[in-house]
Amino acid sequence: MSWFEAKAEKAKIPPAKALWAICPKCKSHFEKAVWKKNGGICPKCNYHGRLSARERIAQIADEGTFSEVFRAVTYSDHLEFHDATGPYKEKVEATIAKTGETESIVMGTAKIGGHDAMLGVMDFAFMGGSLGTGTGERIARACEQAIAERRPLVLFSASGGARMHEGILSLMQMAKTSAAIAKLKEAGLPYISVLTDPTTGGVSASYAMLGDINVTEPRALIGFAGRRVIENTIHQKLPDDFQSAEYLESHGFIDRIVERKDLKAFIAKMLWYWGF
Amino acid sequence: MAKSAMDCVKLARDAKRPHLKDFIDLICSDFEELHGDRLVNDDRGLVGGFATIRAGEKASEKDVKVLILGHNKGTTVEENMTSNFGMANPDGYRKAMRLAKLAEKFHLPVVTFVDTPGAYPGKEAEERGQAEAIAKSLEFFSRLRTPVVVVVTGEGGSGGALAIAVGDRILMMENAVYSVISPEGCAGILWRDGAKAPEAAEALKITAPDLLKLGAIDEVVKEPAGGAQKNHKAAANAVRKAVLAALKDLAKIPVDELIERRYEKIRSYGNFH
Repeated sequence: MSWFEAKAEKAKIPPAKALWAICPKCKSHFEKAVWKKNGGICPKCNYHGRLSARERIAQIADEGTFSEVFRAVTYSDHLEFHDATGPYKEKVEATIAKTGETESIVMGTAKIGGHDAMLGVMDFAFMGGSLGTGTGERIARACEQAIAERRPLVLFSASGGARMHEGILSLMQMAKTSAAIAKLKEAGLPYISVLTDPTTGGVSASYAMLGDINVTEPRALIGFAGRRVIENTIHQKLPDDFQSAEYLESHGFIDRIVERKDLKAFIAKMLWYWGF
Repeated sequence: MAKSAMDCVKLARDAKRPHLKDFIDLICSDFEELHGDRLVNDDRGLVGGFATIRAGEKASEKDVKVLILGHNKGTTVEENMTSNFGMANPDGYRKAMRLAKLAEKFHLPVVTFVDTPGAYPGKEAEERGQAEAIAKSLEFFSRLRTPVVVVVTGEGGSGGALAIAVGDRILMMENAVYSVISPEGCAGILWRDGAKAPEAAEALKITAPDLLKLGAIDEVVKEPAGGAQKNHKAAANAVRKAVLAALKDLAKIPVDELIERRYEKIRSYGNFH
């Protein structure tokens, strides 16, 4: 077999999806076991991959302390929305069945390094982590419960933005969550916002950017408008690191980029400094 | 035949429709524009200043002093080159907050005019924190200790509109539209075909009567027959009357109660309680 035949032979072997993980940032291939062992973090470029809400909670909350609230608060189909591929209701019900979650944020009370907190974690697998009326309602209720019980609020965002299937009422959740956070801050309670990959659109333009401190993980995508929309508007190519965690930090909108393994200790440390 | 949602989109975007400067000319006896965010820039997509709204056809003692904030959409290409088609940069939202704080300090109400395709999607806008500026604005207006009346006059384009549309009374002109995403953007994503914008516009429920039913706005301001572009004077007069009536109601409410009521209003979007 000549060298090019050998190459062709090799190329024929399909990449076994079950075995290989591809880093979405640097496109390097790794065995899934390696990727997993590294905590969903790219061994080559240190991109911190997406976690499900439950995986994140397991990493952040002290063992056995997370107690979920507002699970019954779920989506609402005020618009009876229907697009080219069918009704919203069917899509969201399929997502519920697939993910086992009932909204794009999982909320609960928890201890973080011994500190009592209200902890909310978005799940990108739930309709792209979109902000629906149920998501907004859970966050508003979390702020109110935090005020009543004098708990700090910690939210992890992962979202493409507002959920357009819920129309104007999804947009209004930006106002609702921001108003509830304003009240929480007035009550003298801290809010730590962790913007994980990706946090964009209406979520970055509301509660995710309103943290007393805004924290993120290496190489996370954070921004308002999409890269393509901007490139089409200004007719210029954007730098590769545009809207990355590092870019946001250097422009002054992120307090700290924290490695996943240090995140829990960092949150606990801040709560300790602030006397909670 | 009844107007479709896309007919409203076209009317809302009509270049001949009255824009911020037309409303100011037609309903105010004066306007003292104030510039800049005191940080980096004076955004031209969003402008503001103190103004006196006429109580009647002619200037009188009953005229009302307010702060006006609004997206500065132009009519001609030249105007739009300077005003960025009413798309604000973060500097615009920061200027709006600075001026609204002044209004609060001197107990003057705020009236905002919303007419924008959206917040400006530019490189500098992102670098200077478009997301942060909008978020801060939402937080800020929810607690501002002076009455805020919002008028959606044309295009209420998503977060860029909402940033100056949190208030005590939300008015919307009959042919204006207000949406989480443009019909073209929504069609591009959910229909995978931008040409399906009319279907998306219908599905998104973005017209004033639909938004009133959904509880996202409080009042629809009637437009002259055929639309506001046919008769600026009549359109502006209807807006003037609706704004004055809202300001009169709100002036009676003690400020602590005002912001508590505002919170309850914002809190109720989506009707969970």
